[in-house]
Amino acid sequence: MKKILSGNEAVARGVYEASVHFASAYPGTPSTEILQNISTYKHIYAEWAPNEKVALETAIGASIAGGRSFAAMKHVGVNVAADPLFTFAYTGVTGGCVLVTADEPGMHSSQNEQDNRNYAKFAKIPMLEPSNSQESKDMIIDAYELSEKYDSVILFRMTTRVCHSKSLVELGEKKEVELIPYKKNFGKYVAIPAIGRKLRHKVEERMNILKGYSETSKWNYEIDNNSKIGVISSGIAFEYANEAFGDTVSYLKLGFTNPLPANLISDFCDKYEKVYIIEENDPYIEEFAKMLGKNVIGKELFPYSGEMTPDVIRRAALSENYKGVELNEELFVGRPPTFCTGCPHRGFFYELGKKRKKIIVAGDIGCYSLAVGEPYDMMDTLICMGASFSSGHGMQKIMEMKEDDDRRIVTVMGDSTFFHTGINSLINTVYNKGNTINVILDNRITGMTGQQDNPGTGLNLAQETSTIMDIEGIVRAIGIKNIRRVNPNDLQETKDAINWALELQETSVIITDWPCKLKKRYNDDDFARYDKMWQTKDKVIEDLCTGCKVCLRSGCASLIFEPSTKKVSINPNTCVGCDVCLQICPYDAIVKDDKYV
Amino acid sequence: MSKSIKVVGVGGQGTILLAKILTTVFVEAGYDVKMSEIHGMSQRGGSVSSEIRYGDKVYSPVIEKGDASILVSLEQMEAARNVDYLKKDGVLIVNDYKIHSMVTLNGNIPYPDTILEDLSNRVKTYVIDGTNKAVELGLDKVMNIIMLGALSKVIDLDNLKWEDAIRENVKPQYVDINLKAFKIGLNEVK
Repeated sequence: MKKILSGNEAVARGVYEASVHFASAYPGTPSTEILQNISTYKHIYAEWAPNEKVALETAIGASIAGGRSFAAMKHVGVNVAADPLFTFAYTGVTGGCVLVTADEPGMHSSQNEQDNRNYAKFAKIPMLEPSNSQESKDMIIDAYELSEKYDSVILFRMTTRVCHSKSLVELGEKKEVELIPYKKNFGKYVAIPAIGRKLRHKVEERMNILKGYSETSKWNYEIDNNSKIGVISSGIAFEYANEAFGDTVSYLKLGFTNPLPANLISDFCDKYEKVYIIEENDPYIEEFAKMLGKNVIGKELFPYSGEMTPDVIRRAALSENYKGVELNEELFVGRPPTFCTGCPHRGFFYELGKKRKKIIVAGDIGCYSLAVGEPYDMMDTLICMGASFSSGHGMQKIMEMKEDDDRRIVTVMGDSTFFHTGINSLINTVYNKGNTINVILDNRITGMTGQQDNPGTGLNLAQETSTIMDIEGIVRAIGIKNIRRVNPNDLQETKDAINWALELQETSVIITDWPCKLKKRYNDDDFARYDKMWQTKDKVIEDLCTGCKVCLRSGCASLIFEPSTKKVSINPNTCVGCDVCLQICPYDAIVKDDKYV
Repeated sequence: MSKSIKVVGVGGQGTILLAKILTTVFVEAGYDVKMSEIHGMSQRGGSVSSEIRYGDKVYSPVIEKGDASILVSLEQMEAARNVDYLKKDGVLIVNDYKIHSMVTLNGNIPYPDTILEDLSNRVKTYVIDGTNKAVELGLDKVMNIIMLGALSKVIDLDNLKWEDAIRENVKPQYVDINLKAFKIGLNEVK
């Protein structure tokens, strides 16, 4: 049976067909939907981890104990998981283990464009790179065979377009795989130096054997179109190259890409007059071919960054110009994403914005990074998950050395980021007598990636009721004495907390407590705790509106200023009655709409 | 040969459902199909797009600029932003509706008012009163299916089972109103 699946759905299907026993992940675009889809196959045990390092470590444990295991993460997540990965590369596996890295050429929703194929080479582990959904499924199944045969974790490298594009997949049957009995294996899994030194040689031996496999792997093959030009490619770039060149060139399609097949590449290069290497991001294949002494054309012609879409290839290799309808740039302006109507971050950033001249804001990864834009302009830094507390601490120590600058550092991160790596950062701040104002924007969900549950939501991946981490309790246990919990939609309360924290000369934490509007599931406790949540609407009394536009500083997309009448109105279809604009209006022109009270 | 259709709009307008039904229709008719969309910011008022390519054999899941046969836009400014995806002889189907962005919302920069005029002078364009027709029908959300109806008329292939695809992709209680919306859209293209 054929079904149209995204690459992420196809990976989940492959995990099912390969009888994987254990799967873990931390959400991150473009990888998030893999675990969400795995969780729909009831026999696979799957869980969200608080971060990528934990996800991989649990998968390592599951493999050692004799199950097939799986972990998925976005490219930068592998940085977090790199510590266990590099030693797991030495120990090898008991049950097969696959690590998916979902890279982002073009950085659609990421902070960098790192090419994680380099991790396979760096950690000395085999790598597979699918080009479409069918390969995503088939290669996952084969990855488990390879993992167990060659005793290694497999790096499975996907990219945004492979993850998120849909194509037809021929489904297969599930192959039953039994759990392997556990036997203590000290010489394999206890990586003390004496054993590490032995394992190091084993790794070299494995990669040498895999060099032979790579030459004959079914994933590495030539398509001979009797041409003068040859193209070597992998991943989605292979599909793009096919689109651009069709059968006017011959191809060497590489799917098993660490170690690369030296003879296949060498013979291919010798056969054609001209050879292009078409790959997104780094010159990974190109450098290998050049090391073999081959005269190939790569990054000198094709861009080193961004997506290698067919138009990019055509422009570079065929000097083709654009032939479509021209844009008229006067007809549109930007449409950047913004905080949703009802977003609890809005009230907080509105109040914090009033202190703009007195503070420096260290930001973090999550929806609140949208505060970089208009009208907030509220972020000085954004580095990686969990970095706001710790980078803010470092900034504050330097600012204290400056006699002519008394600005304070405010650091912000969300609940999921706090659980991810924020807790460690906060420990550092209080331990080292820091003086930053740390804000945990608790919207009770992992918002940016599409409302996944986390240790603070009370539900696990299987949607079972689970322990709710008490953020305030954790902060107190770390040793922080100055803690305030506020309703961010109450501007006075929020303002008071910010002023209170700015007066203190020791580490403080403000927890904003209001749920995400997009959260899919609320329970009775939520409605009891958050009074009249989403049940009311606000409206403008037109006669009282002076057109001063102060309310627009709240940045709510439901407020519309009409230039012809110089009045603001509120979109009744989208307003959820958070009252932030109502509190801002200096003329009391915004009131509760009594139809909804 | 493969053909390309791009669907654009603003987060929350139903671009993804429209693209999903379109994908179903081509798959059921036996075409090779690839569909691509960028997730992430779409729920937060940003621009959204989906790309569908179909034919005997499709390689790239993304549409090259200047290569789409049809551009469906659920919002005016998004049509202007994406019109360079169309071939010179491509067709634009645009919903006559404006959604402000944070940039135009505060009134400092006006929302451009000559979009439809400019585009219809340069491209074969069908302007559909989708949002109003959907509100008249009693559910503003079915605007996307009105646009799908218009699109089906422009595609004009008799091997496509549109109503089956709608049934497959919407909740049972919304099937009837969506089928009505589809017919309205169909009749909007003369």
